[in-house]
Amino acid sequence: MNFAVLQFPASNCDQDCVHAVRVLGHEARLVWHKDTSLGVVDAVIVPGGFSYGDHLRCGAIARFSPVMQAVKQFADNGGMVLGICNGFQILCEAGLLPGALIRNRDLQFRCEQVFLKTDNFCTAFTSKIPAAKPLMIPIAHGEGCYFADAETLAKLKANRQILWQYCDANGAVTEAANPNGSVLNIAGIANDRFNVAGLMPHPDRASEALLGTTDGRFIFESMIAALQAKSVAKAA
Amino acid sequence: MKAKIIITPKKAVLDPQGKTVQNALDHMGYKGVTGVHVGKYIEIDLAAGTDKAAAHKALNDAAHKFLSNPVIEDYRLEIVD
Repeated sequence: MNFAVLQFPASNCDQDCVHAVRVLGHEARLVWHKDTSLGVVDAVIVPGGFSYGDHLRCGAIARFSPVMQAVKQFADNGGMVLGICNGFQILCEAGLLPGALIRNRDLQFRCEQVFLKTDNFCTAFTSKIPAAKPLMIPIAHGEGCYFADAETLAKLKANRQILWQYCDANGAVTEAANPNGSVLNIAGIANDRFNVAGLMPHPDRASEALLGTTDGRFIFESMIAALQAKSVAKAA
Repeated sequence: MKAKIIITPKKAVLDPQGKTVQNALDHMGYKGVTGVHVGKYIEIDLAAGTDKAAAHKALNDAAHKFLSNPVIEDYRLEIVD
């Protein structure tokens, strides 16, 4: 499968994402923020970093970049898009995902391993995650506190769009396990069509044993399995 | 001519910065403070002779779409000579 990984000024996880995809035996290439086309790709990853210096609000300026107009069109046509960390912030700013990410509750930049409970295993981003296994994946952000109003949260819950919640090592969703003050311990969500998802933790930094955890692979493997199923369906 | 835009966090949104400043004011002895909300102030210079109503309309659009995020923020826009 071919992944496009976007590259904005001050993206800093773009190469990590490319590497993670290649480690899994698939192809990834970088697409510059000024490009108006993604080319022929199966999925898009919006990587972490500090696009445009995080000025104004995280993701606020990246959202209007030429490449994001192409991503919006790709997503509107049902294309698969994953936003990681700053990528999640950009997708929220772009309106491709509901809600927003604000300053962490304690105003500190948090850089540590966290555990994630998967809430919906029936999606293109989660199908390969072993049930009942909290994922250990690192976070590194200052503005990862997920916020959405009550009406939006009710919709997210009803549609099972909450994909991951911060939990403890045993899978319990507790206040102590919430690193940033996110409502409902939300670490990642999907849109209502389930072709766009975003999360603050970094699966790209958790895809090789050398990095201490390979749990991030399950997310990429889920995406690859969904893309392969789609291409088989198309060929048939 | 200038546009002045004041952006504040919505009341329902967690504002840890405001809370921290409020606590600090209290420690410093400034009593009677019941809330602090830290936002942003944006000043935009406009060319002389700009049509005020048109500028207001355009910047209102920009403030809604770009300068503020309506999910978490409110804004007030003012055009002054």
